Amino acid sequence: MDMSLFIDWPLLSLVIWLPIIGGIVVLIVGDRHGARPAALLIAVATFLVSLPLYTLFDPLTAAMQFTENHEWIPTFNIMYYLGVDGISMPLILLNTFTTVLVVLAGWEVIKERVAQYMAAFLIMSGLVNGVFAAQDAMLFYVFFEAMLIPMFLVIGIWGGPNRVYATIKFFLYTFIGSVFMLVSLIYMYNVGADAGNASFWIQDLYKLKLGLTEQIFIFLSFLLAFGVKIPMWPVHTWLPDAHVEAPTGGSVILAAIMLKIGGYGFLRFSLPITPDASLALDWLIIVMSLVAIVYIGFIAIVQTDMKKLVAYSSIAHMGFVTLGIFLIYPIFTATNSIVGAELAMQGAMVQMISHGFISGAMFLSIGVLYDRMHSREISAYGGVANTMPIFAVFFVLFAMANTGLPGTSGFVGEFMVILASFKASFWIAFLAATTLIIGAAYTLWLVKRVIFGEIGNEKVAALKDLNKREFVIMFTLAVMVIGLGLWPQPLTDVMSVTLQHLIEQASHSKL
Amino acid sequence: MENIYLAIPLSALFGSILAGLFGRQLGRMLSHTVTILGVALACVLSLVVFNHIVLDGNTYNGAVYTWAVIEGIQFEIGFLIDNLTAMMMVVVTFVSLMVHIYTIAYMHDDPGYQRFFSYISLFTFSMLMLVMSNNFLQLFFGWEAVGLVSYLLIGFWFKKDTAIFANMKAFLVNRVGDFGFLLGIAAIYVHFGTLDYVEVFKQVPNLLDVTVTVIPGEEWSLMTLIAILLFIGAMGKSAQVPLHVWLPDSMEGPTPISALIHAATMVTAGIFMVSRMSPIFEVSDTALSVVMIIGAITAFFMGLIGIIQNDIKRVVAYSTLSQLGYMTVALGASAYSAGLFHLMTHAFFKALLFLAAGSVIIAMHHEQDIRKMGGLKKYMPITYWTSLIGSLALIGFPGFAGFFSKDSIVESVHASNLAGAEFAYWMVLLGVFVTAFYSFRMFFLVFHGKERMDEHTRSHLKESPLTVTIPLIALAIPSVIAGYFIDPIVVGDFFKGVVFVDPAHTAIAELKEGYHGVFSFMLHGIMAPPFWLAMSGLGLAWYIYLKNDALAHFAYNKFRWMHTILDKKYGMDSFNQVVFAGGAIALGKLLWRVGDRFLIDGLIVNGSAKAVGFFSGILRRIQTGYMYHYAFSMILGVLVILTWFIFGSKG
Repeated sequence: MDMSLFIDWPLLSLVIWLPIIGGIVVLIVGDRHGARPAALLIAVATFLVSLPLYTLFDPLTAAMQFTENHEWIPTFNIMYYLGVDGISMPLILLNTFTTVLVVLAGWEVIKERVAQYMAAFLIMSGLVNGVFAAQDAMLFYVFFEAMLIPMFLVIGIWGGPNRVYATIKFFLYTFIGSVFMLVSLIYMYNVGADAGNASFWIQDLYKLKLGLTEQIFIFLSFLLAFGVKIPMWPVHTWLPDAHVEAPTGGSVILAAIMLKIGGYGFLRFSLPITPDASLALDWLIIVMSLVAIVYIGFIAIVQTDMKKLVAYSSIAHMGFVTLGIFLIYPIFTATNSIVGAELAMQGAMVQMISHGFISGAMFLSIGVLYDRMHSREISAYGGVANTMPIFAVFFVLFAMANTGLPGTSGFVGEFMVILASFKASFWIAFLAATTLIIGAAYTLWLVKRVIFGEIGNEKVAALKDLNKREFVIMFTLAVMVIGLGLWPQPLTDVMSVTLQHLIEQASHSKL
Repeated sequence: MENIYLAIPLSALFGSILAGLFGRQLGRMLSHTVTILGVALACVLSLVVFNHIVLDGNTYNGAVYTWAVIEGIQFEIGFLIDNLTAMMMVVVTFVSLMVHIYTIAYMHDDPGYQRFFSYISLFTFSMLMLVMSNNFLQLFFGWEAVGLVSYLLIGFWFKKDTAIFANMKAFLVNRVGDFGFLLGIAAIYVHFGTLDYVEVFKQVPNLLDVTVTVIPGEEWSLMTLIAILLFIGAMGKSAQVPLHVWLPDSMEGPTPISALIHAATMVTAGIFMVSRMSPIFEVSDTALSVVMIIGAITAFFMGLIGIIQNDIKRVVAYSTLSQLGYMTVALGASAYSAGLFHLMTHAFFKALLFLAAGSVIIAMHHEQDIRKMGGLKKYMPITYWTSLIGSLALIGFPGFAGFFSKDSIVESVHASNLAGAEFAYWMVLLGVFVTAFYSFRMFFLVFHGKERMDEHTRSHLKESPLTVTIPLIALAIPSVIAGYFIDPIVVGDFFKGVVFVDPAHTAIAELKEGYHGVFSFMLHGIMAPPFWLAMSGLGLAWYIYLKNDALAHFAYNKFRWMHTILDKKYGMDSFNQVVFAGGAIALGKLLWRVGDRFLIDGLIVNGSAKAVGFFSGILRRIQTGYMYHYAFSMILGVLVILTWFIFGSKG
């Protein structure tokens, strides 16, 4: 199909506002039967609209593409400025893709307040697209905060028994994190204003002259905002609680999409705005990332709740993202060259996309079991393969992807980051590579206890295998996981030039 | 030719996908037909390739597709086809084909029939990708893919608790090896800037003097570090001490895969890999010594455990461990050709022994304890004679395949001048005695002597069907004749240009010098110590298990401590269970309870929450559960922030 037809469309506005307005309509109409097909239609339409972002994307430039620029709050020179590059475009596609699956996943399971549920996910999807597309820092901030509202609602309304604690914890963490970021943004606006260019345009922030102390404070405020989001040790404890209480769809979006905003923030803000502080404090990020990989891995081993286990596994996997993003500095320190930085950053990006598929698939799989058994306790299961053979095949596949098996997407990012980290130091590579053993240990032990063995109890004996709807979801994710594992080039190629440009910015001192 | 290379792994994969995804629709008959046809095609094409590469003297090195290009480094999927690859392809596809055919009968009554065929074809695909690779990325892919299939097949009977423990253990132990392997690959990426074999080997001479500092204050040779890291990978896959612990337990899987994966092919991947990397290993005497010593320990001490095993499959499994040790020793002595030659002969006779054991197991109604067998010779003549051939080949009886390959190994270790060579020589020499003893202990207990099975089993004893016996016969033939290829393969130029040997490592050169044709080699063999050691092992087994078992009782009573040590497998399983498995769980609990729950959540988070008690108090009050309340408070929050910003920044 010739997609150039779409080139003049405001595609980014469409992927933001189509689901938001669609969601509001669903909410207002509030019809519990019509809500499902309407939501699916909107989600699929948004996904289709997002496709030209990939097919029409020019991989040879690092400049923003599909840009839209309108005045919003002229007093403060705040613009409605949208655009994507090689970093944000794949994340938008991941989001529109995942939203379709989440709508499908809630199809029969959600029986109360169906319209509100569907609306919440649609609106959230649009807001997240806004986060990735915003080129004005204030616009970014508005989307960044607004996106949390539907997530709080999803956990708070359709969540588990302990949802209040989880929501407050989630709220406090993210709120405290982002407030400091807001202060930093305003500070930088004022610095710009003093220099005669009062602007929230992110590209303008890159050009700001900032001293090391200023940079360090700004860097730390970003670290709080994005470190909580992704999340990094030691500000991670909200995530397992939020996951456990969230309904399946909430967990999927949380793991597959929301965590990525943290990684995206580091790439979009921290590295180019505060390169010198990033260099000065790289050790902090590296240590926190390695702690996430090793420490969190060990914690995952002893979890008795499936969702908690996968939540901890997510944190460990996100350790590779932050490690990959910041490896540029230790590599530079060790080798006096930035060769290897792109491999590391590609690894971080691929890991984010891949984790979107794999963690989404893992949480959906747990959802499939939970819908039937109403328990997340590992000990409540055993021998599921006997009664759900098709499900078992998918579960084992996704588990293997989670352990980073080559041929699945889970391998690609980890492989790249481990290879690149060897440039920086043998010991960083050594500690990162322990995931091969620890990751396999917690994942396979989970598989052994849940999937294999004799039928554990009568409830397991009564289990029904996947229905058609569930099969389609699982199959789609399986195709993505294997496809990206066997051939990551279509992804790495669109990111390459953008990442090279970013590496240049990040290695260019502002002092 | 390119298309043929590609067709070989893909035909196996195609069969696997059909049987795996559509097994239910295809039914049993069609499922085994498509997979067998796929592997048969792969086997025939491998022979074509062998002819093209080996006999016509060609080599091929090319990419299939680009996986990714980053910073100018090509990550590719591609094939390097030379004599080594061609030999491996023939061995893998031939043994796989035999195992496929054998499976028809062996798994006849199993509900997972189609799944099994799908797995073994998938294995064949993965193994082919491993041996055909021309770069480290694909090598690692194949490496882990065979590990995955091994995991799936050890746990094939997933209701069995022991099976699903064994498969997890196998995967995890292999991951320890892969951990080292991946670091080795990372080191290669960093220092060579490419993952392509040929490019890497080309640069080795330039990097001989490079040192790296891993532990502050210690300078290590880069090549030694890389070689040892890669070898750690080989130790996992090829089950060398101390990463051998998974292999005996892998016998929980169905017998055909014990033959294919855990004897003939997958476990030899480490041997193959080290030989492929000979340009790297050859420049580090330290690494070679490590390889030789680890191999020697495995060869002897694992053989010893084989003596006291009573499960027919476990005897063969320990024998496999020991033989893998022999191959590894050969690598350490720079006698790659001898190691690879043993890899090939061993693939035939060990697959044969496993399949024969499976044939016995079928006849015995899945009884695997050799103490409950005996006198099977008259019931199962084909299994008997083929087992005899396999056993004679294994102990290195002159004229049989194992004789040539094992004698080459023993001779080259004898000739090696590296540190540890003397120790290795004694180990492999004593190992010959041990091998002969446990092999014929089993052979006599199974096929000769009193019939110790119960009456019901005895009345049903019969020879296995043709689909079982044909593979046995087909494997028995190369178990005899493969040895006569010693001339081209070990002392000839078969691996010239493929395997690199430093002129200072003279083991094979000395072997060549003393070699004057097959028959003088045999004659010389009959006069050398290994032959007499093998004969005394065989004789002792005969005396004890057929004539007079008083000696066994005497030894058992006198050396009970030794029996205990062997029975406990030197305590390694218990050690791993307590220290590594138990330690990981204890550490996990500690970190979770103290780190996450007490320190982070208890002190910092909930502490701060109390500090902002006023704020959370308000929040708690408005937790009403109504959607609009939540939405309202959130929007309010954002508005407050925005207002603050608008008015705050003005000032």
